[in-house]
Amino acid sequence: MKDLRLRLSQSTGLLLALGLFVVLYTIYSSLHPKGWTVDVFVQNSNESFALIMVSMAQTVPVLTGGIDLSVGPMMTLVNCLASNLVSGSPFEIVTGILVCLAAGALAGFVNGCIVVYGRIQPIIVTLATGAVFLGISLFLRPTPGGKIDDNLSWVTTNAMAEMDTTYGWFPDGAPGWFAHGIGRLPVPILLLIAIAVFVWLPFKNTVTGRGCYAIGSAEGAAYMSGLNIARSKLAAYTVGGLFAAFGGLYLAIQTGSGNADIPQSGGYTLQSIAAVVIGGTSLFGGSGGAIGSLIGALVLRSISFCFRVFDTDGPMGFLANPLLQPIFEGVILLLAVSIGAARVFRVKNRLSLFT
Amino acid sequence: MSGVLKNIHRPTLIACGFIVAILAAGTVYTLVTQGSATFIEPTYLLQQIKIAAFLGIVAAGMMVVVLLGQIDLSVPWTLAASAMIATAVGGPWAIPIGLGIGLAVGIANGLGVAFLRVPSMIFTLGVNAVLRGLMVMLTGGFAPQSSATKPMIWLATGQPLGIANSVVVWALLSVALVFMLTRTPIGRYIYATGNREAATYLSGINTRFVLVFGFVVCSLCASFAGLLIAGYTSKAFQAMGDVYLLPAIAAVVVGGTNILGGQGRYSGTVVGTILIVLLQSVLSVMQMPEAGRQIIYGLVIIAMLLVYGRNNTVRG
Repeated sequence: MKDLRLRLSQSTGLLLALGLFVVLYTIYSSLHPKGWTVDVFVQNSNESFALIMVSMAQTVPVLTGGIDLSVGPMMTLVNCLASNLVSGSPFEIVTGILVCLAAGALAGFVNGCIVVYGRIQPIIVTLATGAVFLGISLFLRPTPGGKIDDNLSWVTTNAMAEMDTTYGWFPDGAPGWFAHGIGRLPVPILLLIAIAVFVWLPFKNTVTGRGCYAIGSAEGAAYMSGLNIARSKLAAYTVGGLFAAFGGLYLAIQTGSGNADIPQSGGYTLQSIAAVVIGGTSLFGGSGGAIGSLIGALVLRSISFCFRVFDTDGPMGFLANPLLQPIFEGVILLLAVSIGAARVFRVKNRLSLFT
Repeated sequence: MSGVLKNIHRPTLIACGFIVAILAAGTVYTLVTQGSATFIEPTYLLQQIKIAAFLGIVAAGMMVVVLLGQIDLSVPWTLAASAMIATAVGGPWAIPIGLGIGLAVGIANGLGVAFLRVPSMIFTLGVNAVLRGLMVMLTGGFAPQSSATKPMIWLATGQPLGIANSVVVWALLSVALVFMLTRTPIGRYIYATGNREAATYLSGINTRFVLVFGFVVCSLCASFAGLLIAGYTSKAFQAMGDVYLLPAIAAVVVGGTNILGGQGRYSGTVVGTILIVLLQSVLSVMQMPEAGRQIIYGLVIIAMLLVYGRNNTVRG
């Protein structure tokens, strides 16, 4: 019981974000004419996937007390690479996907090397490498285009049932448990769960992953406790690169092409920081996690979803005005990040504010 | 002689070396391809300094915030909002109202960071989003039709002294800023707060006020740059500030200011600004494609910081 209470108090930010998401998404779905249907889930999860991945990518370096301003550029880089590689025979597709993921991890590893061995502040390292990654993306794809395997695009951005119709999993007709159960789940959501369970959770529970939290809390203490600081930091940036690669790959699969869009990649980077903070991860490092950022990204996305469904003639009609949406999004973002300010009014000693 | 050299800020010196290297590389290129030394002609260099003035003013404000150990990501839309509102208002009140917007944004940023204690990186990001929303609401998402007023155009492009007014304005602002940073109490407080806010607070200094002041200086500089750019291009447009944020941060850091705050000299920021502008210009004259420009731009920043921007390793 005491343990539960402790765990709850440690994840207040995450729970707040979860509550916010549930409220926003309930509003959206109940106002949407086709709310709570598989089609809407599929569409929403497609639109959220890349941002969620980029936000999770941002989380790992932030946990170490750093930051990664190159998550957007890494996503763009993998997006452009995928548009050159992920098509052709099944073997070529699988190799292409693996190369894309490896490229993202390598980009993150380079960031980590410069941070660890160059001893330069992460914010400025990733600012510079971000420019380099965007340059490479422009080399790979000077104009938007490229090709992604059509079947792959179709099945990854739809419900599981399409796996059967596209690849013919069940020649004798789908069994009931598939047609009415798994078949109705959107593939992007399954992919998300798979990435969270098979990439993030194992990483978090290794000594290296725990080291990331320790470094974020107190780097000196972590060093004195004999943790391998260099390895944890390198791993943090590499895992970040891997997550960004998932995002870029999905963006390529979703749009069926590659695009070295510089404003877009900057937007993703900035939104990822917002998602990390809304998801309850401290920008000073040491507490939080990628699951929180996943929810944070969902909150950001559901805010923009909500604006689509308000009835223009109803009492909330002014919210549907497209000219007013950017300012509402801005104000909500500002309010959401100011929630953390509550601690200011609870401190007993003002000195503890100056962290 | 060595005493003089020691007094000069080391990053500034290295950045100057990089500028010479960039100009030399560019000149070799133009001598080979066109047979002329474009990059060391005074007209070219003066033109570049004229362009550098806009970035220089943004970077000057950014430096004050970075010295405090904070960062201001609301610069792009502070700049754009000031320019757009000023051109929309027009008449004699254009410039005061434009600067008023900078003042208001600066106070908002400062209050959020100093009193609510939200990390500046995220709070100013939110303020930037709100400003963008405000401008979309006011203009309908299009560039405003109104054009810059006469005084704004004069400030940006007039040359009564033989050199462009924007350069004169940059120089005057620089002198004022150097005076403030090195010769006034508030300047000392800025460095002290950036080094260790708790110690500064315990010394009896109102660090909250210092933080608000720093953000106000930064936003005022950004809005002033916005007015100048609007005068230079004779109109304001959406997203006019987006291209100034990252180069401004790069200029400050390349100039040797510690991104964690508390250390840095203004001369470094000036040299850093000129370096960034020259680098961009030389690469575009060399007809380097955008891809190559981005890569070289990033590599140069990393290379410079590897030379002098390294932290100490943590040892307990």
